[in-house]
Amino acid sequence: MPVLKTEGLTKVFGGLTAVLKCNIEINRGELIGLIGPNGAGKTTLFNLLTGITLPTSGTVELEGKKIQGLRPHVICKNGIARTFQNIRLFKDLTVLDNVKIAMNQHVKYGLHSAFFHNRAYRRTEAEIIEKAGDLLNIFNLYEKRDELAKNLPYGEQRQLEIARALATDPILLLLDEPAAGMNPVETAELTELITKIRRDYDLSILLIEHDMSLVMSICERIYVLDYGVVIAEGIPEEIKSNKRVIEAYLGEEVENA
Amino acid sequence: MRKLIKNRNVRIALILLAVFAVVQILDTVGFIDGYIMGIIARVCINIILAVSLNLITGFTGQFSLGHAGFMSIGAYTCAIITLRYPTVLGFIIGVIMGALCAAIIGVLVGLPTLRLRGDYLAIATLGMAEIIRILFLNMEITNGAAGLIGIPQFVNWAWLFFFTVGTIIIITNFINSAHGRASISIREDEIAAESMGIHTTRSKVTAFTIGAFFAGIAGALYASYFFFLKPELFGFAKSIDVLVIVVFGGLGSISGSVVAAVLLELISSMLQSLVALRMIIYAVLLVVIMIFRPQGLMGSKEISGIMFKGVRERVQSKVRSVGKGKGGEA
Repeated sequence: MPVLKTEGLTKVFGGLTAVLKCNIEINRGELIGLIGPNGAGKTTLFNLLTGITLPTSGTVELEGKKIQGLRPHVICKNGIARTFQNIRLFKDLTVLDNVKIAMNQHVKYGLHSAFFHNRAYRRTEAEIIEKAGDLLNIFNLYEKRDELAKNLPYGEQRQLEIARALATDPILLLLDEPAAGMNPVETAELTELITKIRRDYDLSILLIEHDMSLVMSICERIYVLDYGVVIAEGIPEEIKSNKRVIEAYLGEEVENA
Repeated sequence: MRKLIKNRNVRIALILLAVFAVVQILDTVGFIDGYIMGIIARVCINIILAVSLNLITGFTGQFSLGHAGFMSIGAYTCAIITLRYPTVLGFIIGVIMGALCAAIIGVLVGLPTLRLRGDYLAIATLGMAEIIRILFLNMEITNGAAGLIGIPQFVNWAWLFFFTVGTIIIITNFINSAHGRASISIREDEIAAESMGIHTTRSKVTAFTIGAFFAGIAGALYASYFFFLKPELFGFAKSIDVLVIVVFGGLGSISGSVVAAVLLELISSMLQSLVALRMIIYAVLLVVIMIFRPQGLMGSKEISGIMFKGVRERVQSKVRSVGKGKGGEA
C-alpha cells in the first residue's frame, strides 16, 4: 500500500484552477521530488495535502485512510508533517520551545497537571526536553537551544523547521523548498541531512525544490507540475530529457530557429 | 537539579509569606485604614483581571474587549448568593459559582468566534459585555439601575492575597505547560501551529475560558469587598482599563501585569485630589510611557527570570552537561 495516494485532486480558486486532477503516489521510504515553474501549484498541492486549504474535489489517502477535508492538526496526527516555503517558525520563542510545541500531541497530561505541576507534569516535561534535545543534536542546534528562533542565521532557521516537523513523528515529510536561499555548501550539507533523516526515521519524503542539483541527485522519482497539471513523472534521467518538461521550463522550441 | 528548583520555590514562598505577614500585621495594628485597604483591594482585583486577560490577549494573541462582562457575571452571581446566604460558606460558594458562570459564558462566546482566524473575538466580546450589562440593568434579581446594596463583606486581606497569588500561580503554571505552549504557538503563527498538530480552536477556547473564570473571581471579590454593585461599573471603560494595564505591563508578561496594576492604581489614587485634571494627566502619562516603551514595562520578560538568574544559570549548565552526555551516546 502506498504511503500517500491522491486521486483526481483538484483545487479551484474562483476562476483559477490551481491544481487539476492530480494523481500522485508515494511508496514507503521513497524520496520524491516535485518540480515545476513558479505558480505551477506546488505549494497549493502541499496545502491540500496538509489540510490548510480544502480540495474542490478528489481524494487524498494516507496509508489507505482518506484524509481530505480533515483539519490540519488531525492530518498532522495522522502522520504528515511539513515545512514552509516562507519560513514559519515561532519566531519569538526559543529553539527548544519550537521543537517542544511540535511534540505537544504526545503530551497526555490534562489541565489539572498544567495548573498544579504535579508528578505527571514533571515526568512528561523531562521526557519532552530529553527528546527535543536529542532531535536538536542531530541538527547541531543543541548548543543554540535557548536562542530565539528569529536570531538564528537563515540556514539554521530552515534546519530548525525540519527539526520541528520531525518532532511531530511523521511518516511522510513534506519539504517546501528547503534549499531556497542557501549557498552550494549549505545545499550539499542539507542534501546529506535529508538522506540521513530519511534513513534514521524511516520516512517518506516529498520535496519541492528549484535547485536541480539537489533534486536530481537525491530524488528517486520526480513529478513535474505545470499550470496545476502533472505533465511528467519518472526517474531523474527521464525527466531531464522529457520534451514537455523542457518546454514548460524554457518555452516551446520554435521551428527552424 | 530538583533541589535547586525546590529551593527557588521556597524562596518565592518566603517572599510571599513576608508580604502577607507585613500587610496583615500593619492591618491588625491599625496602620492600614479603610482608604489604604481599598487601594490594596483594587490593586489585587486589577492584578487578577490583568493576568487573566494577559493569558487571552498577551499569550494566546486573541483580542478580547469584554473582560468587564465576565467580571460583572462573577460579581452579580456572588452578590446574589451572599445576600441570600450571608455566611463565609455562602461567600466561597458565591466566588466559585461566579467564576463558573463566567467560564460558561466564556465557552459559549468563544466556541463560535474562536473557530475563525482574525479579530472576530474582539467584536463578539464587545457585544457580549454590552448585552450582559443591559441584562443586569433590566433584570429584577439584579435590581436594575439602582444596583445591589449592602452585600455582606467577607473579603479581607487574607482572601485578597489568597486569590491573587492563586491566580498568578495557576496561570503561570498553565503557561509553562504543554497547553500553555500550544496557546503561545497560536499567537506566534496560527497556521504553523495547526500544521504541527495543535488543536487551535480547543487551545484558544481553553485559554479564553480560563481567562473568563478568573475574571469572574475578580468580580466576586469586588462585590464582596465594596458591597455595592451597579451595571455602570462594568461598562466598556472597565474592559479598556484592564486592557491598558495589560498593554502597559507588557503583552505576554505576567509580572508586567502585576507591576502595571500596582503602578497605575497608585498613580490614579495619587491624582485623586486633582479631580478634573486627573484623567488628563493619567492619559498623558500613558501616552508618554507607550512612546518610550512601546513593548510595555516588561516587554515579554518576567521578573523571576531576572531575580533568579543565578539559580537558572546553574540549572541550565547542569542540564547542558547532562544533554551533552546524551548527545555523545546518540
